[in-house]
Formats: sequence, structure tokens, C-alpha cells
Amino acid sequence: MNKKSKPYADIPGTTVFDAEQSRKGYHLNMFCMSLMKAANRERFKADERAYLNEWPMSEEQKRAVIDRDYNGMIGLGGNIYFLAKIFATDGRSFQYAAALMTGMSQEDYARMMLSGGRAPKEGV
Amino acid sequence: MARITAGISCSHVPAIGAAMDLGKTQEPYWAPLFAGFEFSKRWMATHTPDVVFLVYNDHATTFSLDFIPTFAIGCAPEFAPADEGWGARPVPVVKGAPELAAHISESLIQSDFDLTIVNKMDVDHGLTVPLSLMFGKPAAWPCLVIPFAVNVVQYPPPSGARCYQLGKALRRAIDSFDADLNVQVWGTGGMSHQLQGPRAGLINQEFDTNFLDNIVADPEALTRIPREQYLREAGSEGIELVMWLIMRGALEGPVREVHRFYHVPASNTAVGHLILEPLA
Repeated sequence: MNKKSKPYADIPGTTVFDAEQSRKGYHLNMFCMSLMKAANRERFKADERAYLNEWPMSEEQKRAVIDRDYNGMIGLGGNIYFLAKIFATDGRSFQYAAALMTGMSQEDYARMMLSGGRAPKEGV
Repeated sequence: MARITAGISCSHVPAIGAAMDLGKTQEPYWAPLFAGFEFSKRWMATHTPDVVFLVYNDHATTFSLDFIPTFAIGCAPEFAPADEGWGARPVPVVKGAPELAAHISESLIQSDFDLTIVNKMDVDHGLTVPLSLMFGKPAAWPCLVIPFAVNVVQYPPPSGARCYQLGKALRRAIDSFDADLNVQVWGTGGMSHQLQGPRAGLINQEFDTNFLDNIVADPEALTRIPREQYLREAGSEGIELVMWLIMRGALEGPVREVHRFYHVPASNTAVGHLILEPLA
């Protein structure tokens, strides 16, 4: 299926993790999965670049991980439940990562959620 | 014979489990959420089933991208709470119901639902958070649990219509099991939420209210919602709501709404919860 024929391609601010993204992001996501083991988290934290070099990921993907560019990682095939292993390793919450992806401060984002969240018509 | 005595739907936000585990339930942020489950815990004390058939999704815990089963049934005698990267939740081991699970597997596969059979897996917050909300913090879970994992991580997940039909076949499977067992079917996940990208934080109360109304009164209408509509209107992770339709399909026919609760937000998510009893 090409991009144009995907019925969800026009949803604003949203990358749907479909078979194409999954294929693109396989090694990125499996690297994330490896961070579920404490020993791997320690090795990653000690030298991120060296740890990433053990994975057959693209340079772009490795760069996005080092920069903690979550929107970038999603564009390169990352899935949020896998990427969660990275911000968990950093001791960060889901709300921290969500705020980062929206470009809002964590305080503003938390306030938006407390007042009922982002309205569907608001767009992004 | 075994019988389905109730259906329960419930969100499974990980932060809810963390709030319980860290003793934060009375904090101003969390208190209104947990208040909504006080009735449920009291109700559950007098309606504890023998077995819960618990429909949930794994969040890159047991299933990585190496295996992505659309429907996976847990047939093991027990399931350990998973270490999701910050240590396992301090909750009891989940005891399975291998005989009933094996019977349901055979029955559903013979009804053309091609399940993946899982004999070893850990269970993540998707399964343990609903147990905590309904049972609190017991030393051991008061019933057996059959975990039923649905892929809602990689698109496309099964359609709402398919989930509803699977629920109906599940009802027939449970009804035909020769043992005097009370079984509840739980559908977890949702409601509207989006955890990724610039649109993260989306909540759609109108969609959620309509969904709560219709899962009680007109579930067939919900089976006509296409996947893209969930993504668009309930957020990219709101598509978890298809799992509620397995629960509702298993109840078949009219139901009595025993309890309803809706709350925004738990972290990034709209929390919805229903207790339904079959009238038929």
C-alpha cells in the first residue's frame, strides 16, 4: 500500500505504526526492547554510542536516540511502547515524553490534561 | 455448566498501577479516580467469580516485534507480573485456569478464530492494573485468570466487528464447559488517548460518552466503526477500545448497567469503566 492510499495518512500529528513503519523500525524497536534488562540499561547509559553501534540501525535512527528526538524516532519506525523503554531508562514518565513530542512544557501539558485534554477539533 | 455472570470494562493506564503501588491513591490528583472504583470493589466482594477471562493488550513486554499474534490465549497455570523496565509491580502472581483455557482455545479455533496458544508468558500493566482496580491489594488474587492478549500495537488490529463476533463465540465456548464455574469477561484499555507525536494528549469525551452509551444499549452500532475512525476520533491508542467489544459480544443480548464511571485524566488518558450483567 502506498502512502496516499492509507486512509489514516491525513490524521494530523499522528504516525500510525503499520507494517511499513514496523519494518523500517524493527532494529530501533528491538534495541529499545533490550533496555528491559537492567544490565543492558547500565551498558547503554555508560556509553550510548557504543551500545547503539551493536545494533544494525541507521545512523539517522542512532542520532535520534542520542538526541532523544521522539518525534524523529517515530518517523523512523519507532513505536511509542518500545520508545517508552528509553525514557524509562532516563527515569522519565510517559507524560514527560508526551509533552516533549507536543512541543509544550511539561507543566503546560499537565495543565491541558487536567482541563480535559486536547480537544479533537483543536488540531496540533 | 460454566456461565458468564458479568462483563467489566476498564482502562489500564500504567500510572494507575504506580499510584497504587506507591501509596498515592489519596493524593488530590488520584483520589477522584480511585473513588470511582470504590463501588466496584464492594460489588466485587459479593460477586467474585471463579475465573476472569481478561482481554488486554501487551505493551512491548512479552511480545516484541519478533512475534505479533492478533489473538493470544494464555493457557499456563500461572503468569508472573512482568518487569517492564523499572522492576515488576509488587502484585501477586496471576493463577491461570489451564483446563478452561484449553477448552476455550479448542472451541474458538473450531469456530474459525485462529488463536495463538501461549504456554509461557509474563503479564504487564495491561492485565494487572484492572485486577488492582477491581480487587485492591490482596495477598493473592481471589480468582483464576485467563489472559487474552489482542494486538493493538501494530496496525491493523482486529476490527471491532471481529472482536464482537469472537465474544459471541467465547460465550458459546464457556457455556459448553462442563464445570460449575462463574466466569466474568473483562475488556480493558482505552478510552480516548494518544501517547505519540504532536497530537499527544488528545481526549474526546463526546466519542467516549457515545461509546459507553452504545456498548450498553447498541453494541452492533459500535461494530460498524472502522479502525481509521478510532485513530482519528479516539486517538492513536484509543483503538484499544475494540477489546471492549469482545466483552460485550460475550454477554450477548440486553444487559443491565450496574455501574458506570468516567474520569479525565489519568496521566494522558480518559478512564472509562462499566460493570454489566447479562439479562438473558
